[in-house]
Amino acid sequence: MSEKSVEELYNERLARVLAAAQCQQPDRIPVFGPFQKYPYQFAGVTFKDAMNDYALARAACHKFLDYFQPDVDFGPIFAYPAKAMELYGWKAFKWPGHGLDDDVMYQYVEGEYMTADEYDEFVYDPSGFMLGKWAPRQFKSMEGFAQTIPWRRFMWSGWMNLNFFWLTPEYQESLRAVQAGAEEAAKWWASQFQYWGEARAKGFPMAFAGWDWPPFDIIGDTLRGTRAILADMRRRPAKLHAALEVATKIFVEYGSGAAGAALPFCWVWVHKSTREFMSDAQFKEFYWPYLRRGLLALIEKGIIPVVYWEADWESRIEHIADMPAGKIVYHLSNTNFERAWDAMGGKICLMGNVPNIVLLGGTPDDVKGYCKRIIDYTKGTPGLIMDAAVMLDEARPENLKAMFDFTREYGVYR
Amino acid sequence: MREKLIAAIADINEAEAIQLAQAMLDAGEDPQAILEAASQAMTIVGNRFDQKEYYLPELIIAGEMMKAIGDMVKPKLHGQAAPAARLGKVVIGTVAGDIHDIGKDVVSFMLDVNGFEVHDLGVDVPAAKFVEKIREVRPQIVGMSGFLTLAFDQMKRTVQAIQDAGLRDQVKIMIGGAIMDEGAARYTGADAYGADAAAAVRLAKSWVA
Repeated sequence: MSEKSVEELYNERLARVLAAAQCQQPDRIPVFGPFQKYPYQFAGVTFKDAMNDYALARAACHKFLDYFQPDVDFGPIFAYPAKAMELYGWKAFKWPGHGLDDDVMYQYVEGEYMTADEYDEFVYDPSGFMLGKWAPRQFKSMEGFAQTIPWRRFMWSGWMNLNFFWLTPEYQESLRAVQAGAEEAAKWWASQFQYWGEARAKGFPMAFAGWDWPPFDIIGDTLRGTRAILADMRRRPAKLHAALEVATKIFVEYGSGAAGAALPFCWVWVHKSTREFMSDAQFKEFYWPYLRRGLLALIEKGIIPVVYWEADWESRIEHIADMPAGKIVYHLSNTNFERAWDAMGGKICLMGNVPNIVLLGGTPDDVKGYCKRIIDYTKGTPGLIMDAAVMLDEARPENLKAMFDFTREYGVYR
Repeated sequence: MREKLIAAIADINEAEAIQLAQAMLDAGEDPQAILEAASQAMTIVGNRFDQKEYYLPELIIAGEMMKAIGDMVKPKLHGQAAPAARLGKVVIGTVAGDIHDIGKDVVSFMLDVNGFEVHDLGVDVPAAKFVEKIREVRPQIVGMSGFLTLAFDQMKRTVQAIQDAGLRDQVKIMIGGAIMDEGAARYTGADAYGADAAAAVRLAKSWVA
């Protein structure tokens, strides 16, 4: 067999993943995933070091890529820039060396970063609110931006008022602080770009072209917090609806960056509407219509949304199955695969859902058994991508290798 | 008025519930009786959650109403009321390294309204803290919550620490969290896993029966 060129390998991988995503038949079932902390564990690097030393993070990801050869790769994107986060003074986050142990995943600190009486202000001018209110609450470095006069007031001769805040010591201090943060973040981005080029040179496309969050979670995660937004469905439904309209526009704007990419995957991270989080009626009123509308708008732009349905979605399958065929990928974590396949198989590409506990605590045979079970269930119908159930942090390497090797071998379409 | 208060809380009529509680207090009703009515309403809320009539939004608002009424009434409480008889004691927490609290809070709430004395250690709880609290309150049940996959190993370490302290035989251990399942229960050495708060209550009741 003649060796394939890097270009051939790149095109082959791209075609394989694109076909699967559109429920067309590739040569075999693709296998890859948003492996989060795992590449560093595999390379023997603590997550703290990976977040602080960009070259070390790249090296770890190369080691992982060379050994497992996922069809498409994420690279070091999940090793967030710790130094930039320090310089920005991100108050809403904990990470290794900053409130957490050295080898633990970073975590978001929930809070009411927008109070209940600020809905109108957000709806009227989301950018003004984000700059003048939200940013100072989230980032120590941006506390001076609370002085900002809303930019909409600069019209005509309004610009003459600029000095009232630009020259305040607080604003000046914030400008200096964000410059330092941005310079560090730019180094991190340069490292990401470098890695993408290096992976490309090995024949691997990147697995993402965009990142997004459902409209409800845009409000719930970053602005109101889980408890507050859930209560708002009952306490101030009209205000919440108005904010969700705005958030849907932000969703489309955010995800649209993926348009035109070789692999136009926009990953949509779904956070808070599973099971007990809300009733079916609340899901149908506050969550799904806005998300669905946003997803359709992205699809209209030629983007393939990959919706990461964290937790168990069995109870909502009938709603989420209502999407156009071959246009979207659903990543399943704990949702029963067979039940999901019955409702959507061959129409919506399903991705997942090898349980992480099996990858950590099981044997290679356990892993193969699970992969075989779901591959067999599809009976040769395309529209399946193999991956762990949730973003991978811990696993035994032999178990993960079994997931890759078995899928590559047993997942060939004949 | 007492029945109205119970209905207002149970039906999540927030403003009405707070007004009624204030009116009862102003009318000189026994503060302890107001608290008991609110607790009774919480049990109804718990049952409705269990029946999937209520979800997290209702639970959250009910919890906040209970707190508001408690804050309103407590300054007027004279002396300690006799604690109600409880089915058993539970020590619960989200394991070290993980700061997610929502699932754990729902389980705490449901255990509480179903008659258990709940000692909630909060989030990011080290194994040693579980051990210390078990020694102190002597619970029949320990609940460990975890949302991140790091919880698999941390739960395992916590169970081991309880074992090493010689306390493993005295407690039943349950785990919960979106990614947990029977396999995780076996891996961590827990006695059982519960898929949701209702399952946690069923387990707890079966263990103290």
